[in-house]
Amino acid sequence: MSQETQQIAKLKIWRGTDRDAKRFDSYEVPFEPGQSVLDGLRWLRINRDASIAVRFSCINANACKECMIQLDGHTVYACTARLEPREMTLTPLPNKKLIRDLVTEIAPPSERFAAK
Amino acid sequence: MIIDPIIIDTDVLVVGSGAAGMYAAIEAARGGAQVLLVDRSLIGRGGATVMAQMTVAVALGEEVPDDPANHYRDTIAAGRGLCDEKLAQFLCEDAPDCIRELDRWGVGWARKDGHITATTAPGHDRPRCVYVDFINTGPAVSKTLRMQMARNPAIRKIGDLCVIDLVVSDGEVVGAIGYHVGSSAPVIIAAKATVLATGGLTRLFGRNSASANMGGDGYALALRAGCPLIDMEFVQFFPIGHLAPRLIGMDPIMWDPFRYKLGGRLLNGRMEEFTSAYGSDEDGRYVLTRDLATYAIIKEVEAGRGSPHGGAWLSFAHCSEAALREAFGPVIDRLAANNIDLTRQPVEVAPIAHYHMGGVEADATMATELPGLYVAGEVVGGANGANRLSGNALTEAFVFGRRAGTSAGERARRIAQQRPRPRHAAAALDLLRADTSARGNTASMIARLQAIMAMGVGPLRNRANLECALDDVAAIAAELGTLPPRRAGAFDLERLDWFDLRNMLTVAHAVAAAAVKRTESRGAHQREDFPQMLPQWQLHQSVRWRDGSLEISCAPNFSDASDPRLDSPPLSGRKETVERDSVSLQGGRSGWRS
Repeated sequence: MSQETQQIAKLKIWRGTDRDAKRFDSYEVPFEPGQSVLDGLRWLRINRDASIAVRFSCINANACKECMIQLDGHTVYACTARLEPREMTLTPLPNKKLIRDLVTEIAPPSERFAAK
Repeated sequence: MIIDPIIIDTDVLVVGSGAAGMYAAIEAARGGAQVLLVDRSLIGRGGATVMAQMTVAVALGEEVPDDPANHYRDTIAAGRGLCDEKLAQFLCEDAPDCIRELDRWGVGWARKDGHITATTAPGHDRPRCVYVDFINTGPAVSKTLRMQMARNPAIRKIGDLCVIDLVVSDGEVVGAIGYHVGSSAPVIIAAKATVLATGGLTRLFGRNSASANMGGDGYALALRAGCPLIDMEFVQFFPIGHLAPRLIGMDPIMWDPFRYKLGGRLLNGRMEEFTSAYGSDEDGRYVLTRDLATYAIIKEVEAGRGSPHGGAWLSFAHCSEAALREAFGPVIDRLAANNIDLTRQPVEVAPIAHYHMGGVEADATMATELPGLYVAGEVVGGANGANRLSGNALTEAFVFGRRAGTSAGERARRIAQQRPRPRHAAAALDLLRADTSARGNTASMIARLQAIMAMGVGPLRNRANLECALDDVAAIAAELGTLPPRRAGAFDLERLDWFDLRNMLTVAHAVAAAAVKRTESRGAHQREDFPQMLPQWQLHQSVRWRDGSLEISCAPNFSDASDPRLDSPPLSGRKETVERDSVSLQGGRSGWRS
């Protein structure tokens, strides 16, 4: 294998359940070209911290549309946004109710638990 | 702290919101029932349906003359002697009606010259597979069914609700217990009838083509409630799942529709055609069935003739840019965004876990052995035998979903409201109220289970590897423990992983244990140590949960009635009866508490 230094993507991830108590955790992910931001988040859950909350279902197909988050202040799908060997800041959608970490309430009101 | 569960009453509970669950909900409501549809993910977004890209098998007879009897004949042949004939027959007969109903609901089946057009998929004797362009069948189906549900106020929907167990009282299923993932609040649902439509188990394998929530939930729920599962050893691997280069924003089974429309050439690492050596000469057409293609690719890789990442090459270099664009329009742009130009380069493909033939034993009304419990879609075992025919998965989601909805609605009209008592759900409530310290990394345990299953219970199996997998699965179960990690409130993924693992480990055990016992090769179950298909093995193995362990028994797959509705010839050369217990099988390996 190559002896070159492994390139690193630094993910700075918004944590917690309270929007006012602003807190970030930073993690390093081994970078491979072609990966998505969701690949990086899944790698972190398996190898570093399983408590990171992110919503996704289809993993790679961009079919479920569940993995909407903000990357450096822009709304993206985590499964199609490319991982890059630099610091990337991940935050929950700003205009939706925060549930935990990167997870927000994105279901229509008629499909939620609270809806009667 | 004791948290009282929230109790919700409904006539019909449907668990899972893929095509099978949504169709069941629509049909039960159409029959006058109040319906509650729950999903552990968002409604209509997760599961397998939304991932389906192209084909739905149905004998509409619009592209060319056809009849459900022909579709049935192909389904039975693909199933290698193990299809439950009544289920397969019902599947083929009811399909045209469901497809036309979806057409009236505006799903948008691709049309040519005014009729619904159809393509030929491997294993079919004629063009029989309808689709929505461009590779948009699943999303279009999901959207259409969601719209139909929205029009009916009798259907209540709750997403992010994870069912952890069925509630059984006096031998009948009276509802389910679970929790709201968004808040971790315990929930008991009282239902006159419950439909399981949670999809398959492909998440058990490292490389798979379905959503992250397909961990065999329905099989585990039914098993723990006392229902038998059949044919659990038959996991279908899709032969040409995308392998390399890394491709994002696309489903890994995307090359299937490409092959339907454009043919394409499957080549080994030496850029040679190789499928003819395994009994099928493709000749640029797409005719090789899934079990044979999977076998051929793995054998080439084993012989040192694989592609660089351990698969085969798939080439569309014979196609012009214009032909590619006409067939797949915007998809070609998505490929370009991934630096893939099919006119210049082949891609690498390899088998990928795709679908489960096994499942809960049911009759043609989708009723199970337990009164009050119905199943739909991929949860149903038996219709596809040892190998599913291309295109039958969405078909069974529609046909079985609709039928399960009818049956559940009929039961709801017949009986009084169920009153599950907390004592009927005591064990599950204890799990939901558990307050323990967190154990190991649950996400890593899932990844390890996926590696174990891919290594030992993949498309090519032998006794040593299967038994090794069983031991490793048991070791993870011991590590998981009997109580979930502490309740951490909103969207605690470690807690969800724990409940997922509880189901996944049980189902993994069932698959591997059944695979050890089947000492032959048939369809998707290929044993290197028993390479022949044996007539005495034309039987279903049944798995049951008894006193915390799995028990395996077997029964012949016999034809007990020729149905006058369908005039089909008997499968040639097939043994009509196999003596019960002709193969000596002991009870299952000792299980673990779950």
